Amino acid sequence: MTRQLLEGSAAMAEAAIAAGCRFFAGYPMTPFTEVLESFAEKLPTAGGVCINAESELEAVGMAWGALATGARAATGSTGQGLSLMQESLSEITRAELPLVVFHMARGQGDYYQATRGGGHGDYRQIVLAPTDVQEAVALTQLAFELADRWRNPVHIYGDFLLAHTAEAVSIEPPSGAALPAKDWAVDGTLGGTGRSRNINPIGMQKGVKGIEPERFWRRLQAKHDAMAESEARVELEAVEDAEVVVVAFGSLARTARYVIRELRREGQRVGLVRPVTLWPFPSQALAQAAAGARCVAVLEQNAGQMIDDVRLALLGAAPVVGIGDISSDDAGFGVGPIFDPDDVRRRVVGALSTSEVRV
Amino acid sequence: MSDVRLPVLPTDAPPQEPARLLGRFKPKLLLHEDHDLCPGCGEPVAIRLLLDVVEELGCAQSSIGVVGIGCYTAFTSAMDVDLVQALHGRAPSVATGAKRMRPDTLIFTLQGDGDMVNEGLQEVIHTAARGENVTCVLINNGVFGETGGHMTSTTVLGQRTKNSLEGRDAAYHGHPILIGDLLAPLGGTAYAARGSVHDAAAVVKTKNMLRRAFEAQLEGRGFSFVEILTMCPTGWFVPTAEGPDYLNRVLGAVHATGELKNGERLVTTAELVSEQESGREG
Amino acid sequence: MISVESRGTVTIESARCKGCELCIPACPPGVLSMSLQRNELGYAYPELVPGCTGCGACLLVCPDFCFEVYQYETPVMHEVGS
Repeated sequence: MTRQLLEGSAAMAEAAIAAGCRFFAGYPMTPFTEVLESFAEKLPTAGGVCINAESELEAVGMAWGALATGARAATGSTGQGLSLMQESLSEITRAELPLVVFHMARGQGDYYQATRGGGHGDYRQIVLAPTDVQEAVALTQLAFELADRWRNPVHIYGDFLLAHTAEAVSIEPPSGAALPAKDWAVDGTLGGTGRSRNINPIGMQKGVKGIEPERFWRRLQAKHDAMAESEARVELEAVEDAEVVVVAFGSLARTARYVIRELRREGQRVGLVRPVTLWPFPSQALAQAAAGARCVAVLEQNAGQMIDDVRLALLGAAPVVGIGDISSDDAGFGVGPIFDPDDVRRRVVGALSTSEVRV
Repeated sequence: MSDVRLPVLPTDAPPQEPARLLGRFKPKLLLHEDHDLCPGCGEPVAIRLLLDVVEELGCAQSSIGVVGIGCYTAFTSAMDVDLVQALHGRAPSVATGAKRMRPDTLIFTLQGDGDMVNEGLQEVIHTAARGENVTCVLINNGVFGETGGHMTSTTVLGQRTKNSLEGRDAAYHGHPILIGDLLAPLGGTAYAARGSVHDAAAVVKTKNMLRRAFEAQLEGRGFSFVEILTMCPTGWFVPTAEGPDYLNRVLGAVHATGELKNGERLVTTAELVSEQESGREG
Repeated sequence: MISVESRGTVTIESARCKGCELCIPACPPGVLSMSLQRNELGYAYPELVPGCTGCGACLLVCPDFCFEVYQYETPVMHEVGS
């Protein structure tokens, strides 16, 4: 197992290519830009194509075309660019294409955007939130596998720290889990055979006039329900006897984990629930972990977004308090003081000493 | 001859006398002829040409069409070609991704004027500038047909539409965009032409334009573009029989037909209009 | 009686016709005219008289794929009279 020192952006690109990704299109925007740079550098030598698209709209469109032909393809951006892509993301989900999106956010304020989707209609996308670069490598490869398995987009939610931190990682080609053959793809060979295909987001079928939207949307919803049932992932630490359960994701969870271990060494009964999938949110695991807790403290770098999912998961079973905040650097890229372990410690200690009582 | 009443001949079956079939009802790449486009619509006429050329070039089993959104979208269920449905204006980027993954496959887009020139102006210009080896086909009827006949960026001055009922006015609505003039000069564009389907001669010329465009793609010469003016009597508020004349007289006077770029030849629509006018006078 | 030569002929799928009348002016010898009757869709449809040349213009302009075009091996003479 060879380890290399790689920045998150480069590690994710290499992991994607090792997983068979052969197409990427993107538009530069901090802190996503280096992901695009990495793909631009590495894809051609791997026999793939990387295009600097004229805007995020076209980047996701180009990935759409590549996906339709059966290739493993990806795009990405930061929150603002993802905002531009929403119509396409919604439609790509309904066209049942396995897009992987590298969402390098400016902090954690894109949680709603990633998990609810800013596009129209009932649709769901799996969202994976790595906490460090090695996990980002594993989740990148998992993303391509899940996308193909479910024929559905999968997001990787990262941030400035993840994309720009260099760590020693090992990148192996994925284990070759058996995936369904892409017999739905369009390769251009079926014209004139009577069996030509139309990859489309509204359920059009060749030789059939009209569409059946209700039936089509319900079928997709059944698929999303199945995804929700089986794809939630979570990491739990020290929750068994915890008085306070901290919920945190991504890079910030890494600081939370450090602080929680420190507090545990001091005898404090505090634990961590770290959603690895932001969608499907690991509601069951959270509810179980919070079963004996005095309160659940949600640490997130925004005005309070994941806290909604925490409340929905618990439905009043334990008091929920928000201990996060908006926090950023002078450029607004999300490298804020909240990542300081002392800052996190103050927030968690505040939750420990609160007189919140379970009712 | 006016004293003689010519008898109506039976036409409900092939002829009894020995005869050679010159033209079938439908192209080989059309599953069925039954469609719900309006009487007198020019789009099926244009799409017929597209399907015929794909098949005649031997590309039926190595071609992918990327379709925009308009009246023609529903028609695609009858097209026996591998297709990808794109969003309004976004076919060129989808075509780009498909072509990069399948460089030996003939990739074309099929888009209306509202789709390509309104919503998707950026996409087609950048695709041409990059010299993507795809063929973008524009079926231009000067209106948003599917929503009921509204002004697009190709609607000509004076043209009445549902949201320019007094006729398009330059001061209030601005001027039309002649997309061919934006695409032809770009370095990545190998072939650009504008045709029409208002009469049989125009149809034949347009078919040749499509063939040359696809040849440019197959020979790897870069981006190719064919605009086809089509009738929309519903959107134009004219009887179907007057559609071709309206097309030629109103749209064709501004969006003049001819080749804009072919190898070294590069002309503007204004020059085609002059050619047209001097042709009339001469 | 006079003789009118048809070098070609057409088959017309009149049931599919939507009465747009584009074929009428498109026909160079002018041998198509709209019927008085209506088809099941409620439209008049084209009818053929002698003189067809098999040029295929009608097929080219028809939006509803209503025409099939033939060329006779030997031109057919129609004897027509008043």
